[in-house]
Amino acid sequence: MNAAPVSVALSARDVSLWYGARQVLDAASLDVASRCITAVVGRSGSGKSSLLRCFNRLNDEIDGARVQGSVRVGELDAYARGASLSELRRRVGMVFQRPNPFPMSVHDNVGYGLRLFGLKRGAELDDRIEAALRVAGLWDEVANRLDDSALDLSFGQQQRLVIARAIAVEPEVLLLDEPASALDLAAMLRFEELLLQLASRFAIVLVTHNMQQAARVSRWMAFLHEGRVLEFGDTDAIFTNPHRRETEDFITGRIVSGD
Amino acid sequence: MDRLHLSQHISRQFNAEIEDVRKRALAMGGLVEEQIAAAVTILESRDAGTLAQIGERERRINQSEVALDEQCTFILARRQPTASDLRLVLTVMKMLGDLERIGDEAKRIARIGERLVAEEGDLDVMALLAELGAATRDMLRGALDAFVRLDEALAHDVLRRDVQVDRIYRSVQDALVARMQEYPDAIPAQLDRLWCARSFERIGDRCKNLCEFVLYLVRGKDVRHTGLAKAGAAY
Repeated sequence: MNAAPVSVALSARDVSLWYGARQVLDAASLDVASRCITAVVGRSGSGKSSLLRCFNRLNDEIDGARVQGSVRVGELDAYARGASLSELRRRVGMVFQRPNPFPMSVHDNVGYGLRLFGLKRGAELDDRIEAALRVAGLWDEVANRLDDSALDLSFGQQQRLVIARAIAVEPEVLLLDEPASALDLAAMLRFEELLLQLASRFAIVLVTHNMQQAARVSRWMAFLHEGRVLEFGDTDAIFTNPHRRETEDFITGRIVSGD
Repeated sequence: MDRLHLSQHISRQFNAEIEDVRKRALAMGGLVEEQIAAAVTILESRDAGTLAQIGERERRINQSEVALDEQCTFILARRQPTASDLRLVLTVMKMLGDLERIGDEAKRIARIGERLVAEEGDLDVMALLAELGAATRDMLRGALDAFVRLDEALAHDVLRRDVQVDRIYRSVQDALVARMQEYPDAIPAQLDRLWCARSFERIGDRCKNLCEFVLYLVRGKDVRHTGLAKAGAAY
């Protein structure tokens, strides 16, 4: 059941996380396969977003947060002493539920990371920005608006913009935290098409409350329960015959004993 | 009783829908079982007076099939069931087809039984046919019990019983071939008896299908054409 994916882009081992005295993750382990979508599902408060935030050390920004265990992206050991945070964040990009464009032009939003990593203004920068916007499916809509403020874009466009920004620096892993929860059905299905296209280039970790979405797009699935990865496996197998009673109760909407 | 916790959804409406599908599938199975019993009675008592009831029952079986199929389709469309819920709906949809065909076989036997009413003798063959009928009816009842109780052991037990049905079928066949050689004039009647035996044997096979669906429902593994059903029969 817990078959290891062929090529692992990110490997989390026994990750525990505390916010002050409160333990949020309890020895969570997960292998994220290259070039496919791994869905992370679980109830609210099960630790999904917290786990995601461990993958690029976003929890470092929170006072009192303490992490144990290891997260490896290729040869990079994210929590090793002296590990480069900017290197980690370049290799592990993140997209949040609400798009968060920076208050600057479309062009500068997408170019932000590239310039941070030393690319000067010029033809190469413009080419990389265009390429990222094309992959994110936004180029045709903003080609003539590159100097407009990103804040003037529609919600759906902003969402693709932040994806373009995340992939412009060519990360290995893309973390998506409930990225489609505010979209209508047609927009959501288009967004899922984009995710599947992105999955041909990057390893994607998708946190979602939408089980049908997880079923539609993910190759692998991890079920988080009380801070633990209780079940991990092939999405087909989990949706037809999960091993654990807790997984079954969750995906079928059953009452949990003790609730 | 509820090993798969089918009645423990947060949505009470969904619990009711699932329960309703199970009940209706069982009720349809009950009608099909009555159909076999009625066919056996016609063969045994040589009285075809119940033929009209059999026709009426067949209409009800067909209606149940269509209605249940539709109900399952609606559940798939509206609930997008997963895991054991999905397996239950798929199992019922597959069972419907076999139940309906078992009903058809029983009706065929009853029709032939009507033709045989006027035929004399061959009491031993008729006794074997009745035995065959009773055995397949037991298999169907067992399969339906295994379905409603989600009882793996019983499903295996019923799968095993098909060996016995096949054995009786071969006895009937051997007896009939001998008779045909001895009394060529009676070949039409013996052929009719052979058709009855053949239909009972098919019912046994379809009951095996039902049990394999039950095993899929309970275990989440498809045991068709794998020999797993047989292997499991050891316990």
